[in-house]
Amino acid sequence: MNATRRGIITALPIVGAGVLGLGFWRILSGMRTGTFDPRAINNPQVGKPVPNFAIPGLPGLGDGFTDAELRAQTRPVLVNFFASWCIPCVQEMPGLRAISRDLPIWGVAYEDKPENASAFVKRDGTPYARVASDRHGRVAIDWGVTGVPESFLVMPGGRIVWHGSAALDPALFESEIRPHLARL
Amino acid sequence: MKRLSAILLAAGLVCGGVAFAVDDPSEMLPNPAQEKRAEAIGAHLRCLVCQNESIEDSSAPLARDLRKVVREQVAAGKSDQQIMDWMTQRYGEFIRLAPTFSLSTALLWLMPLVALIAGLLIAWRTAMRRVATPSPLTDNERARLDALSGRE
Repeated sequence: MNATRRGIITALPIVGAGVLGLGFWRILSGMRTGTFDPRAINNPQVGKPVPNFAIPGLPGLGDGFTDAELRAQTRPVLVNFFASWCIPCVQEMPGLRAISRDLPIWGVAYEDKPENASAFVKRDGTPYARVASDRHGRVAIDWGVTGVPESFLVMPGGRIVWHGSAALDPALFESEIRPHLARL
Repeated sequence: MKRLSAILLAAGLVCGGVAFAVDDPSEMLPNPAQEKRAEAIGAHLRCLVCQNESIEDSSAPLARDLRKVVREQVAAGKSDQQIMDWMTQRYGEFIRLAPTFSLSTALLWLMPLVALIAGLLIAWRTAMRRVATPSPLTDNERARLDALSGRE
């Protein structure tokens, strides 16, 4: 066996392990800094107009809304899917109340009994400018929603420009949503 | 009840691909041929809650809703392709358990072929090397061999 050949055979596993290690390091560091989420679902609705829908309101909280009303807005609207049975949604409420001072939030109660959703929204003061009930989750499917809470930033005219599937708080609002509002 | 579902789950794991998650027989379509088609389509759709199960195998509420959508569309006479397109429009390529062949999935799809070819290549080269006969002994070596084996 000549020296070059021995060199190659020795180097091969080292280089292989090195490449693997680099790959793992990139994945893990991405997961830590939040730039890579292996479970993230890239919602294909981003960049598209809102889907067609018309859903009723919750008891004592107005009439619900439709895609036409959403498209007719002259200001951006944050559409937030929530449920009274969802714990991250409870955690998200104070954050949503803070965000609602900057941006109107329209809530959609997902797979929830209207009376439960209504009581949940009213309990500590509603963050929602308008709220509607997607009793059987069919509208949520058209939006590509996989769980609650999920939020969408809808621009005037009805185009979706941002989607998030984490519980919102003011810090996330500043880093992810504010830049879209500033571009207007 | 828990034991029964554990047995069913175990059976499902053993049999593989048998859909057990249809929680309620009323979910099923009355037409067996259509039901079978709906199950086959559902087996190719990812449950986006559990992520490593198909919607036919999952008990998540979203999977239940999507099963219902698939059955409605099958009953309405939509083709498999139309139903898959409907799903990918809403949830993206990620909902397909078997991704379509494209530039970004080429490595994934071609890897078995690449591995097979590489294996065959290594096997062929090893076999070739073994065929080479050792060179005959030199006079020195033969003399030494004779000395060692006590032959004069």
